[in-house]
Amino acid sequence: MKYATHLRNALLAAAAAALLVSGCASTPRVSAEQAHDVLKTSFTERGQAKLDRLEQDDVQKTCSYGPGTAPSKEVLDALEKAQLAAIKFPADGKLLGDWRAGERIAQTGTGKQYSDNAAVPSGANCYACHQITPQEISYGTIGPSLLGYGKVRGNSEAILRYTYGKIYNSNAYTACSNMPRFGHQNILTEQQLKDVTALLLDPSSPVNK
Amino acid sequence: MMQWRGGALMLGAALVAVSVGAQAQSGGDTIKKIEEYRQALADGNPADLWEARGEDLWKQKRGPKNVSLERCDLGKGPGVVKGAYAELPRYFADADRVMDLESRLLHCMTTQQGMTRAEALKVPFGDGEKRSDMEALSAYVAGESRGVKMNVSQAHAKERQAYALGQKLFYYRGGPHDFACATCHGEANKRIRLQDLPNLTETKDAQKAYTTWPAYRVSQGELRTMQWRLNDCFRQQRFPFLEFGSDTSVALLTFLARNANGAEFNAPAIKR
Repeated sequence: MKYATHLRNALLAAAAAALLVSGCASTPRVSAEQAHDVLKTSFTERGQAKLDRLEQDDVQKTCSYGPGTAPSKEVLDALEKAQLAAIKFPADGKLLGDWRAGERIAQTGTGKQYSDNAAVPSGANCYACHQITPQEISYGTIGPSLLGYGKVRGNSEAILRYTYGKIYNSNAYTACSNMPRFGHQNILTEQQLKDVTALLLDPSSPVNK
Repeated sequence: MMQWRGGALMLGAALVAVSVGAQAQSGGDTIKKIEEYRQALADGNPADLWEARGEDLWKQKRGPKNVSLERCDLGKGPGVVKGAYAELPRYFADADRVMDLESRLLHCMTTQQGMTRAEALKVPFGDGEKRSDMEALSAYVAGESRGVKMNVSQAHAKERQAYALGQKLFYYRGGPHDFACATCHGEANKRIRLQDLPNLTETKDAQKAYTTWPAYRVSQGELRTMQWRLNDCFRQQRFPFLEFGSDTSVALLTFLARNANGAEFNAPAIKR
């Protein structure tokens, strides 16, 4: 009985191995390491964009999946938890800056490209992907509309912290989000994060009119 | 008009990002100027000029060895240009490598005409002041595939390897913004600002996008090729500088071109 089971398992394993080998012949598998090695030979440093940008952190590694290979819910939950724990909220406890400055940041698309001046503060380019104020009709649709964001949600402490946190690190709330982690990756300064938070939550911001 | 829309479709990730500042201040002016330009162009695609110059360059004796490119094998035999682009990238035994058109041109310029890589790539992308021979040659060769159905092979193991690698790289996230190609080109019916984004994982969009490059870019007054397209996408992804003809570029082009199989090639086109 035991032998039979062993034999069956061994046969199954052999069949699986054969499948894998033949699978390789028709559709080669490329590992993340192989992809990374090819990237290293394909890019050169320019301006502020150094080769270390090809090195992936945990989020980038986990989130570089194609169709049919999404990570498990457990993996994604753990990712969110770790990213949430890494958010640094302002020491002064104030989360709302100047919505007018936030609007300028939302409109600005430059920053961090090798063609950009590293001495100039980065924009967040929010409008590339989101509808935000009713006045700006040139907005993208990769992210959800944020029109009326604060009017709908109010500005309780919980909403304030969620909003600041979401801009700081989108992956803390939605693993593998398309949205950059503006605070976590040092794209925006703390003041800029406060200003964009105000654009969404300040009752006098056009977003909430 | 159709061509214009096609151009908007192929807009790279955050090109908008660069022009946003200027547009915010003089949006009306910019749109008016582009509109005037469009009308001036309605009767002809300036890409014709690149194609004509490319044909001259193809036939001219150049380089230290003073030979033309008329013995260059683009995959269909030495000197055969007709229909060659629709089958690229492909595996070339003499280089033991998969090559896209531009890598292959570079190969012929160095091996047959005797140019150094630096000489051949002195101006990979034209900038108004300096004209690019590579862009002109690419325009000519691509134009000779107009009306031909895309037919990129996966017969050779290295062609399959290049496709698989290209697909993997398409989803590779990196840089300060965590962007991959798929961030902007992995979902249907999305746009950046007002520019439609092709979903390059879906056949119809992939075909429409790939078969309309190279293209004359109205906003730049230059003809642009796929090597340029990838290079500028990666700039906006906040990656470092993509090297011309690099393995990453060839793999991604194999992925994109193969996904366009079956569609009629229709470039050089004209885009925004």
